[in-house]
Amino acid sequence: MASVTFESVTKRFDGDVVAVDQLDLAVEDGEFMVLLGPSGCGKTTALRMIAGLEEVTEGTLSIGDRVVNDVDPARRDVSMVFQSYALYPHMSVRRNIESPLLVRRYPVDGPDRPPRKLSKGERDERVDDAARVLGLAELLGRKPAALSGGQRQRVALARAFVGRPQAFLMDEPLSNLDAKLRAATRLELVDLHRRVETTVVYVTHDQVEAMTMADRIAIMSAGRLQQVGTPQDVYEAPANLFVAQFIGTPPMNTLPGTVALSDGGPATVDVGGGRVPVPPGLTTSLGDGQPVVVGIRPEHLTVVPEGPVEQQVRAVEWLGHECLVFGAVGEAPVVVRQTGMATVAAGGTARLAVDPDQVHLFDADTTERLT
Amino acid sequence: MRRRYSAREVALAFVLLLPSIVVFVAFFYRPFLNLLHWGTFESRRNGAYFEDVGLTQYREQLTGDDFREGLWHSVQFVLYTVPAGLVLGVLLAVAAHRRLKGIKAFQAIFSSTLASSVAVTSVIFFYLFNPVVGLVATNWLNDPTWAMFAVSLSSIWQNMGLAFVIVLAGLQAVPDEVMEAATLDGYGPVRRLLRITLPLISPVLLFLLVVLVIFGLQAFAQVDIITKGGPVSATETLVFKINRLNRPDNIGIGAVYSVGLFFVTLVVTAVQFTILERRVHYAQ
Repeated sequence: MASVTFESVTKRFDGDVVAVDQLDLAVEDGEFMVLLGPSGCGKTTALRMIAGLEEVTEGTLSIGDRVVNDVDPARRDVSMVFQSYALYPHMSVRRNIESPLLVRRYPVDGPDRPPRKLSKGERDERVDDAARVLGLAELLGRKPAALSGGQRQRVALARAFVGRPQAFLMDEPLSNLDAKLRAATRLELVDLHRRVETTVVYVTHDQVEAMTMADRIAIMSAGRLQQVGTPQDVYEAPANLFVAQFIGTPPMNTLPGTVALSDGGPATVDVGGGRVPVPPGLTTSLGDGQPVVVGIRPEHLTVVPEGPVEQQVRAVEWLGHECLVFGAVGEAPVVVRQTGMATVAAGGTARLAVDPDQVHLFDADTTERLT
Repeated sequence: MRRRYSAREVALAFVLLLPSIVVFVAFFYRPFLNLLHWGTFESRRNGAYFEDVGLTQYREQLTGDDFREGLWHSVQFVLYTVPAGLVLGVLLAVAAHRRLKGIKAFQAIFSSTLASSVAVTSVIFFYLFNPVVGLVATNWLNDPTWAMFAVSLSSIWQNMGLAFVIVLAGLQAVPDEVMEAATLDGYGPVRRLLRITLPLISPVLLFLLVVLVIFGLQAFAQVDIITKGGPVSATETLVFKINRLNRPDNIGIGAVYSVGLFFVTLVVTAVQFTILERRVHYAQ
């Protein structure tokens, strides 16, 4: 197990396409870190740099105390689960899992003795162990083609952790599974991580995977790191508008508006369809008429008769345990999450109230959070 | 349970197959039967008339020294040209299968041997080996020990291009992620080639092996252009001998040789498939 540290790491392809831009990120030893972002944001490139499948253009990448910029992929002691699983189709499940053990050397005789290749007995023991943990014991003799998608994915996982690497790298490992299996596998991955206590760097574009599995989430966009924090951090205090809108389903409502400072009374933001209270304890000083963007999560809006904001209701979706009320405040689309039955109907208007503590303000120009 | 086909379906199948049946019967099965038949006629008085001797001529000719010599030369030719062409083609394809600037130019160069005809290639090699004006200042073409090897070089050169093109296409079907997984598992370049790449392209390799062996057994133009079968008869392959026998006075023996070559090719190909098929991995 080891930490993984990016220090000002940049990756440029063909000289000018910047895939990863000045990335600073410290993945702690034993941590489950999720790199999250839309496709093309650089998260997979960052992961492939850890594996050594892409070279670092600038900056320093370390695994543990060792700078690995120029270390051969095979000598980094990391393993990777690929989106396609990348199993060897001509080998049995047993041989697939055993494959890293066949060629690599392992420090099995303690840290003072040189690493060596494992004996047949030791290899079998590890393969059987991995197969048992992942429920593959019955399938060891089969070829990958005779397995289901979920089983193939487990073989890929077994192959990745049979060598007990310093870090596990996973590139969207669940994206080829159906929704039901994906949810079940999420729990298993968390369980597996708890058991092996290895550092995991996990790439996904699915924020649900990130929220449910990560110790911390690193959110990337256009090659740049937007925010790193626990799922709770990024949900409750998004660092900028991108993070605010990327995390959460449905995403946070964002309403452009202008600050209205009243004499003596509390400051508000005029968002066209009404006035939203400014969060208390805001240390940034706001000027009258300053353009800002207000962010409010759907569950923090409540429909009350005297609410200060008016929403034109366009549609109501009833999901059983909750309702989503779609509409607009001023020009901006706004979704409200109501528990139980909806109290408004499509075509009407709803008066909305919001707890000032749950209001986020973002700078209209920089899109950064105002604190 | 096997599904039973209705009369209509059977009729339709027959109609759809008819064009290919017609072509095969006209240009393959009927001539082949003719050939079998001709083989039973022995030439008398230098082809003035023919006598039906039944299978006697088959027995005598197929066990004769001349047929055996031709067969041995053909086998020699196959042994020289197939493994070397295949290995060189695979190595070049593996070397050229990467994302590099200008790699297309190399791919075009390596595959160009495929685009040149046997005749052109043979003429080039004929001059290369010319003891006076050739680049290779040897007398191989006049040396019975080396003549077959020298002729083979032109075919190795051609086989290399064919193998290159087909193996390169095979390599492009191998998923990058599988090769990357092997890299992370600690496989070096040689291990990756032997344990991952070659098994994954084994169907392509089997195909090439079968095709190149058949090409080798049918070699004629190279021999005809470069050595004319000489010196003495050192480079007379079976097909060369068949061509030499293809005159009215010898047509019976030529037919026997042709039938002999047909069965040799059939058996060799069948053996290749049965032995190697089990070791070939076909993608699902």
